[in-house]
Amino acid sequence: MRRRLGAAISAGWWRCLSVFGLSQKRWRSLPRTTRRAVKGLVWTGIGLLLVALLGVWQWSALVIAAIVLILVVPSWNRLVISGHRIGQWIPTIAILVLAITYPFYASSTTGVSTGLPQLPVFGTFPLMSTMVNMGIFTMMALGLNFVVGYAGLLDLGYVAFYAMGSYMAGWLASSQFSQVNVRFGGIGVIKGLTGIHISIWIVLLLAGMVTALVGILIGLPTLRLRGDYLAIVTLGFGEILPQIARNGDSLGGFNLTNGTGGISPIDPPGFGNWAHQHLGLPSNFGALGTTFDRTYFWTILVLVLLTIFCSARLRDSRLGRAWIAIREDEIAAAAMGVPLMRTKTWAYATGAFFGGVAGAYYASYNGSSNPDEFYFQISVFILVMVILGGMGSIPGVIFGACFLTYLNSEGLNNIGAWLNGHFGPGGSDVEIWHKPLDVPQYNFGIYGVILVVVMLFRPEGLIPSSRRAAEFHEGVREEYLYDVEHGAPISDATEAM
Amino acid sequence: MATHAQTEVQVRPRRSFASYLMPTIATILVAILVVWLVVNFVKGPAYFVNIGFIGLTLGALYALVALGYTLVYGILELINFAHGDVFMLGAMFSATMILSVFHLTPHASTGTLVAAIVGSLVVAMAACGILNAVIERVAYRPLRGAPRLAPLITAIGVSFILEDIAIAWKGPSYVAVPSLLPKGNVFSAGGVTYTWEKFIVVLVTVPVLLVLTWLVKRTRQGKAMRATAQDRDAAAMMGIDVNRTISFTFLIAGALAGAGGLVFALYFGQIRYDTGYQLGLIAFTAAVVGGIGNLPGAVLGALCIGFIQAFNEGLLWHAPGSDWTESIVFSILILILVFRPEGLLGERTPEGA
Repeated sequence: MRRRLGAAISAGWWRCLSVFGLSQKRWRSLPRTTRRAVKGLVWTGIGLLLVALLGVWQWSALVIAAIVLILVVPSWNRLVISGHRIGQWIPTIAILVLAITYPFYASSTTGVSTGLPQLPVFGTFPLMSTMVNMGIFTMMALGLNFVVGYAGLLDLGYVAFYAMGSYMAGWLASSQFSQVNVRFGGIGVIKGLTGIHISIWIVLLLAGMVTALVGILIGLPTLRLRGDYLAIVTLGFGEILPQIARNGDSLGGFNLTNGTGGISPIDPPGFGNWAHQHLGLPSNFGALGTTFDRTYFWTILVLVLLTIFCSARLRDSRLGRAWIAIREDEIAAAAMGVPLMRTKTWAYATGAFFGGVAGAYYASYNGSSNPDEFYFQISVFILVMVILGGMGSIPGVIFGACFLTYLNSEGLNNIGAWLNGHFGPGGSDVEIWHKPLDVPQYNFGIYGVILVVVMLFRPEGLIPSSRRAAEFHEGVREEYLYDVEHGAPISDATEAM
Repeated sequence: MATHAQTEVQVRPRRSFASYLMPTIATILVAILVVWLVVNFVKGPAYFVNIGFIGLTLGALYALVALGYTLVYGILELINFAHGDVFMLGAMFSATMILSVFHLTPHASTGTLVAAIVGSLVVAMAACGILNAVIERVAYRPLRGAPRLAPLITAIGVSFILEDIAIAWKGPSYVAVPSLLPKGNVFSAGGVTYTWEKFIVVLVTVPVLLVLTWLVKRTRQGKAMRATAQDRDAAAMMGIDVNRTISFTFLIAGALAGAGGLVFALYFGQIRYDTGYQLGLIAFTAAVVGGIGNLPGAVLGALCIGFIQAFNEGLLWHAPGSDWTESIVFSILILILVFRPEGLLGERTPEGA
């Protein structure tokens, strides 16, 4: 049905265009670059028009449009300078530069500057704190991508690793265990403060390693299970660990997690006085004041880059190819000599590692680790990021994570405000509903819609990896005897453009 | 024969870890459980039995929901994640019927009460059955040929959508249903009391279960269901309309969830949008404990989980308490899946887990 609908829309579209003398045949005969330029110009034109009509116009919108056009229209892949395929890196580097400089052009300190246009419906550009969260969730989504995207194991309890990392930071960099007094490079610790205070940089690594160990311990007995059973077991662990955190204020009389109060305050990261005086690095992130958020943002950017590097390198390694082989056909992979348990456990441990690091960083950013933050919905939230962007696709997962984190922190609020302002009580357009609509309240329903729609209409995600897309469309599709609609050959429908 | 013996000798040391250590741990756990139950029983027999009645009530409720999971899993091999939320909407439907349509108050006469409860039961069952069939048509059927995990992911999506429908409909706080069931005792002897309130839950559940058994075992449609569960393609070749049979299964599962919803609304009297998620997972665990895909197994598993929950929350000697219920239930789920994935009554299949 969907294919027929697409074909109908496409046919109608070309009929409209042929009125103006542009038939599908003539369009196809144009050079590739011309077609891309025309498409790019048309889309950015529509975008600019929408901003001018519905948003708040700023001349910087033209600059943004120009940057988008420069990045999208030329085939950068084909740029070769003295034998090096430098071109393929240009869009990546440009995006990276835009991200690094974001604090300077988008926000004064924490608020958004007026120099940027306000988008229609979505409103202002994300705040710095949202950008930090985007980084943290990107890291977690990339971690989950090892498990779900590469190895094809559905993990519904990823929040357990996040919680584990967060509590590692809580235990090793706060005054939680006041019985002891351990110090190792902790930043901003006043003299006489008890507890364990280890430098956050070491804690990040330790949190990752311990979480990976927990991942292995969880994985060893459970990874033998078939796909959907594994999903349920991981969900079980994702419920048990946070409950232990909630009830852990008197485990046999020992206060492990401080119960529902959570552990707070947690030491901030920092480079210490020596690095501050000699290298100009911030000595204590917690005492930065106006540059607080941007310093955290740049730090998480470095961590995210590290995660991307590991993702890409591991994907192409022997281990990564084994993961993909298991994802595509477990039995064939086993027959080819891929050790199933070991390979799956590694996927689990790697995913857990990055989840743990992200969790510890998040705890350090917030200054607390609180059991209220770890519930099943967060696991699914991270899963939606991976699925929306495209399982196994690094750019896709990054996009999914950034977009959904933005929606969750600000986007839904802005959209709700826009909708209520136009269609709500006393709205400027038509008053459709008479009580203000609380859009952020429905966030998980909206993510549910995204899950269903993506799985039904584009299971490979928005920015798919070519391999995964092929898998969803040909490889594993079985043809059933009783269902004519799904058994129909693909060639009978015209593919949309 | 000689080579055969040799291979056995080679194989044995490799198996020893998994085949001796794991059952030992399982036996120790079961032994601890038994000792704990016996000591509690000796310390207060009447109290123990009263708690047992609560467990029976919970078990009956869980059975209704667990059967929905097991029916759907049996026929599609799909964990219908949205089932718990269908149950929650069933409770919402029932609450609406009781409060807004029948305007029941605790002072209503017995005749009105029975008529209204039966009326609400029918409406809730019909509404949930249709809802479940529609969900199957929209979210699962288009993915029949897709990788196994695809429908599971849409099921999670549907579950969230249903929760938000409940928020939009009833708001994010608890919907309260006044306690309508009579509080008197069915019998009371030597400190052991069994109230009507608890008995009515069983009274609603047992006929529903009997009708379901009759439906699956004796009717033509039930035969089609069993055939489809066994082999979809072969069933299609025998002239069974597979899609219709699957839709019918979802209808039945939804109707059971609706009945469960009414029972929940009457017995607990408090429903919120996330009620179904918690209870759904517990019921799913029950289905797994009994052997997923196995109907009597689901009832047995539900009773086990009901008793475990009641004993955990009610017993006095070294009971972990309600703070730990979820952890215990999920630990059981994990242990069962790891040690005995076919459940208490299920059969071990070649691809089993």
